[in-house]
Amino acid sequence: MSASDFAIDVTGITKRFGDKTVVDAIALRVRRGEIYGFLGPNGSGKTTFIRMLCGLLTPDAGSGTCLGYDVRTQQADIKRNVGYMTQKFSYYEDLSIRENLDFVARIYQIPDRRAAVQRSLERLGLAKRSHQLAGQLSGGWKQRLALAACLLHSPKLLLLDEPTAGVDPKARREFWEEIHQLAAEGLTVLITTHYMDEAERCHRLAYLAYGRLLAGGTLAEVLAAAKLFTWSVAGPELRALAAALRGRPGVEQVTAFGNTLHVSGRDAAGLDATVAALRDSRHEWKRIPAGLEDVFIGLMDSAKDNFA
Amino acid sequence: MNGLSFHRLWAVVLKEFIQMKRDRVTFGMMVGIPLMQLMMFGFAINSDPRHLPTAVHLADTGPFARTLVQALRTSDYFQIVHEAESEADTQRLLQLGEVQFVINIPVDFTRRLLRGERPTVLIEADASDPAATGPALNAVAQLADTVFNRDLPGPLAPLQAQNGPVDFRIHAHYNPENITQYNVVPGLMGVVLTMTMVVITALAITRERERGTMENLLATPVRPFEVMVGKILPYIVVGYIQVSLILVAARFIFHVPMLGSLPLLYAVALLFIAANLAVGITFSTLAKNQLQAVQMAFFFFLPSILLSGFMFPFRGMPEWAQAVGSCLPNTHFLRIVRGILLKGNGPTEIIPELWPLLLFLGVAMTIGVKRYRQTLD
Ligand SMILES: Nc1ncnc2c1ncn2[C@@H]1O[C@H](COP(=O)(O)OP(=O)(O)OP(=O)(O)O)[C@@H](O)[C@H]1O
Ligand SMILES: [Mg+2]
Repeated sequence: MSASDFAIDVTGITKRFGDKTVVDAIALRVRRGEIYGFLGPNGSGKTTFIRMLCGLLTPDAGSGTCLGYDVRTQQADIKRNVGYMTQKFSYYEDLSIRENLDFVARIYQIPDRRAAVQRSLERLGLAKRSHQLAGQLSGGWKQRLALAACLLHSPKLLLLDEPTAGVDPKARREFWEEIHQLAAEGLTVLITTHYMDEAERCHRLAYLAYGRLLAGGTLAEVLAAAKLFTWSVAGPELRALAAALRGRPGVEQVTAFGNTLHVSGRDAAGLDATVAALRDSRHEWKRIPAGLEDVFIGLMDSAKDNFA
Repeated sequence: MNGLSFHRLWAVVLKEFIQMKRDRVTFGMMVGIPLMQLMMFGFAINSDPRHLPTAVHLADTGPFARTLVQALRTSDYFQIVHEAESEADTQRLLQLGEVQFVINIPVDFTRRLLRGERPTVLIEADASDPAATGPALNAVAQLADTVFNRDLPGPLAPLQAQNGPVDFRIHAHYNPENITQYNVVPGLMGVVLTMTMVVITALAITRERERGTMENLLATPVRPFEVMVGKILPYIVVGYIQVSLILVAARFIFHVPMLGSLPLLYAVALLFIAANLAVGITFSTLAKNQLQAVQMAFFFFLPSILLSGFMFPFRGMPEWAQAVGSCLPNTHFLRIVRGILLKGNGPTEIIPELWPLLLFLGVAMTIGVKRYRQTLD
């Protein structure tokens, strides 16, 4: 595969704040037209990494390209071709929706600005609200405005930092429809999220913890690489059972899911032995495929042992 | 349950103290501003200014003339800094504001004094600031009775006529009726511009950072220079509106004379506005939030009114306060505005006040731009 097939192709990207290494030698390749999910616990360095990609921060080490432009030297070109949606809403609350879009369109020197703004308003269903002040919008509508604004200059790469935090399920689903539509049209999307269902909607995923990339690939690859085995158990007195399970050989995670418990670990034999020992007639035990969340929590726990 | 709870009240009090402690700048200002006010009101300000720079034009060099000059000198009000050669010379000194007074002793002073003809001594004052000249002129009136007590003993004593042996004539230039508004209203221009320009720019950029919109702005192709100038330009317009408002009020409400060129005034105002905007930008790069920005602006504003010669006569202040005042753009702008309006000064007369203004602008701009660039990463 040639270099130009990657919208993002970086290696060794590192950022330190003081003596704290926030992003530690990350290598990442994102193919053009791909939706790439970026996951990781709070403070793992996702936002910092994205800021380096779009030229807001200069990496302390590492190199690479974004849309073929050097991330260290061609930040101006990158900015022109990237749409960045910040984690915190960052448009002008005292400007109306249309005024915000107009401002962005002027900054990017978009030809035929009026028509472009109007198209964008209609595409995202903002036309009727265009005179409302951005500060008075609810979370879901703010997110639509932000998306509209960062799409206005027809970027080739979208960097979305937790775009769906605090957005209701229906709006989230619509948002993802839109993202898939854009990807089908050839746009590359790098998106951070804390939602597992969203992670599963991405073509590829990466998992970040303590500034390091712990896993990457398609959903199936990530699940397979984790080699995590999970049992589900249903029945009475699950809290007591959970307490009994914790610390037993092979048991790494015990998580309550409503009326069931998920018990998982990487040591299949040990886990099976523990389950066999605790099994009784009152509970119903089932082997289930490991979920993404279990995999990530497992990764995070082992990362904590290694780095923290 | 619903009554006043001391515990809840205490919770709020504690929280406020913690926040106050965290915000170092605010905390510093809470101590710094009272200290600064104490220094300025306690030591710098003086409503009875003495040692005012004075030129003497001695056409007569007889002993009585010398005595008179000496008496003026020892009165503490006049500090003789110039011995003028000619009338034209004295006029120039007044116009440039280099001296506050010119004392003219006529050719035949000694002769006429001895003949008991009450010779006239003309004291010309730059009365554009009546507060500066008033006390000194009062002192002259008292001086007239006593100055020759020792020199006119015995047989010459009758010369000490009822209204003194010398006739002091006072000619108050530029503001003959000693109207305070003539001085205050033009001065207000500098004060109003300082207040709004510094606060508004400091806020405009800090707000962008505080609300997170800066991150978005920096992710676009817009250049830092474009952001800065784009933010400044609207406020230059606002500044000009303020200047015009004050000029209209000065003309039609306060009837302030306008002897000089208004286009010149507008041109200098641009320089002054730019200098203040540069200060505002520098503050905005230092302030972490809008409150801090306002406090810093206030910190700059306070000496700009008190030490610039706006509220109190500049020459009445001690040396150190005059030195501080000379570093402030408002001090020089005030003199330029008063000079243009009241004295009819032109481009050549304002040059001595123009270059400090330019220097200030250059320094503030450099710091502002340097600091502004640093905040990008
Ligand atoms: N400007 C900064 N100065 C100092 N430390 C910073 C700065 N920006 C981020 N950090 C630190 O870097 C770490 C990573 O932050 P970052 O915002 O990249 O995490 P994140 O993965 O986006 O987290 P979240 O999921 O909560 O958004 C955090 O510990 C944060 O405190
Ligand atoms: Mg983040």
